[in-house]
Amino acid sequence: MSKGKNFLVGVFDEEEILMEAIPKIRKEGVKIHEVYTPYPVHGLDEALGYSPSNLPVGAFIFGLTGTICALTMMIGMLGLDWPMDIGGKPYIPLPAFIPITFEVTVLFSAHGMALSFLIVAGLKPWGTDKVVIFDKRSTDNKFVMAINVDKNHNLDNTKLTSILKSNGAAEISTKTIA
Amino acid sequence: MQVTSSVRPPLVTGGKTIADVTADVCRPVETLPSKSWLVGFTVALIVFSFGFYCVCTLLWEGIGVWGLNKTVNWAWDITNFVWWIGIGHAGTLISAILMLFRQKWRTSINRAAEAMTIFAVMAAALFPVLHMGRPWVGYWNFPLPNAFGSLWSNFNSPLLWDVFAISTYFSVSLVFWYLGLIPDFATIRDRATTKIRQKIYGALSFGWDGSAKTWSRYEAVCLVLAGLSTPLVLSVHTIVSMDFATSVIPGWHTTIFPPYFVAGAIFSGFAMVLTLMLITRVLFKLEDYITIEHIESMNKIIVLTGSIVGIAYLTEFFIAWYSGVPYEKYAFINRAFGPFFWAYWSMMTCNVISPQLFWIRGIRRSILWTFILSIIVNIGMWFERFVIIVTSLHRDYIPSSWSDFNPTLYDAGVYLFSFGLFFTLFLLFAKYFPVINMAEVKSILKSSSKNDHK
Repeated sequence: MSKGKNFLVGVFDEEEILMEAIPKIRKEGVKIHEVYTPYPVHGLDEALGYSPSNLPVGAFIFGLTGTICALTMMIGMLGLDWPMDIGGKPYIPLPAFIPITFEVTVLFSAHGMALSFLIVAGLKPWGTDKVVIFDKRSTDNKFVMAINVDKNHNLDNTKLTSILKSNGAAEISTKTIA
Repeated sequence: MQVTSSVRPPLVTGGKTIADVTADVCRPVETLPSKSWLVGFTVALIVFSFGFYCVCTLLWEGIGVWGLNKTVNWAWDITNFVWWIGIGHAGTLISAILMLFRQKWRTSINRAAEAMTIFAVMAAALFPVLHMGRPWVGYWNFPLPNAFGSLWSNFNSPLLWDVFAISTYFSVSLVFWYLGLIPDFATIRDRATTKIRQKIYGALSFGWDGSAKTWSRYEAVCLVLAGLSTPLVLSVHTIVSMDFATSVIPGWHTTIFPPYFVAGAIFSGFAMVLTLMLITRVLFKLEDYITIEHIESMNKIIVLTGSIVGIAYLTEFFIAWYSGVPYEKYAFINRAFGPFFWAYWSMMTCNVISPQLFWIRGIRRSILWTFILSIIVNIGMWFERFVIIVTSLHRDYIPSSWSDFNPTLYDAGVYLFSFGLFFTLFLLFAKYFPVINMAEVKSILKSSSKNDHK
């Protein structure tokens, strides 16, 4: 075998064929590296055994940080640092602080979560030439399954190919990644 | 490939396959600009340049070149601001609120509508910034310690709430829009036939590979962003309305303003989406994606929000009489029968009467009627803000301060500048970015197929 990681790439034509194939392929004891699809296929993450993302929890924590920051800022500035008499209202008029508190909460939550997403998914505008695309058609109309041959010691290449073929893969190729 | 449901009309017509979606949406990006695009872009640039001259004059001479005076100290500037912000609301409504309601028809129009939101908010933000007179000290809006001590900005003021609301709205909309664009940029990157295009769209796509794990996270993020954007969009126009509602000016000091402004915003926003989409679908041959069904759905929202706005106008009038406050009564009678009666009745005709035509199915499904009415609605919504702002101000409490308002060339010029900016950006977007969210449209192509009902 050549150096680097060896992959077997199966190309599926239809979402349904792919969705039927995944549980069968996994049942054969094949460890699927990843599946690449042109659009979000519902139920695909469950079929592959992925747990739901924790990003919404992150969004909540970021939002809470925003709430605390906004209130601390306004109470600190207008209430403690330099109290101002504005129309005879209290120095800390909480109802008047609601709009900005809300906006800052949303600001922190949305940006915090979007940034966390980009980081955990490894998405960044630089170094994009190095990204591995198994089959370019996976962003057009094909559903691509990559199997890391080296991680499936119990099954050899021919066996893996026949499993893919019998489960509906239209094309099968090998790919080595440095 | 596409199986039609017997109950609902298909969302995408013409029996498109997934590959067709890619080809149709990428075509404008991958081919040379069409003649009509070039003509449109040139016109937009000319308007932009003339507007730019007016903005430069305004900055050089000061806001005295506008028609404002001591009594009418807010006029076209704030009218345009509220008008553009309102237009922006439709994009977020389509991408966030309709997403939460699982309205699948939104997928064909959400990309362009969100782009419209972003450019409209940019056009809107121009006006408060220019009205400062000295935009270079605009950072004084932010809570920074003042140079002579620690006097902070006034967090009780709706004008400051606006700063926070608009900045949050703009940046969150931009992020939401861009996240949606990433998978589609990857599609263009993978189809690229030239090295430069591959490099540019490769960088724009952030190295997206479409893996199941990333899609799963992506969907989680989009859902939460939609959940956050929904109250955000409602808060933005609520706060804009509070710029008026918290001041003690007859005609402004009303609690009905927040819901009334939000409904008006969605009303005018959908009208603008229709104006733009009716042109875009023909220009880029996207009639199979933006169908008569889409147009009809949007027209239904227009008739709903238009009626809410109509009821708000009548409620205002009733309350002015019922409150027994002489100033309030006078403000409303003056609106309808005073020197600006023509603006008031233009508003009533355009916003209350004309959208009622959409109760007729034939008109709702007619492209020509929709196009004409969408423009009429936008004219009406501009007059609504003009009526609220100018007629409430021009008759002050003391008759000796009563005044008139006459716009100057620079009032019109800066308004034109915002149009130039908006259309230049929108045309650039339509040419270089995928105008339809390919990934989402692909995901709904088969939603009416038999495989879905297993």
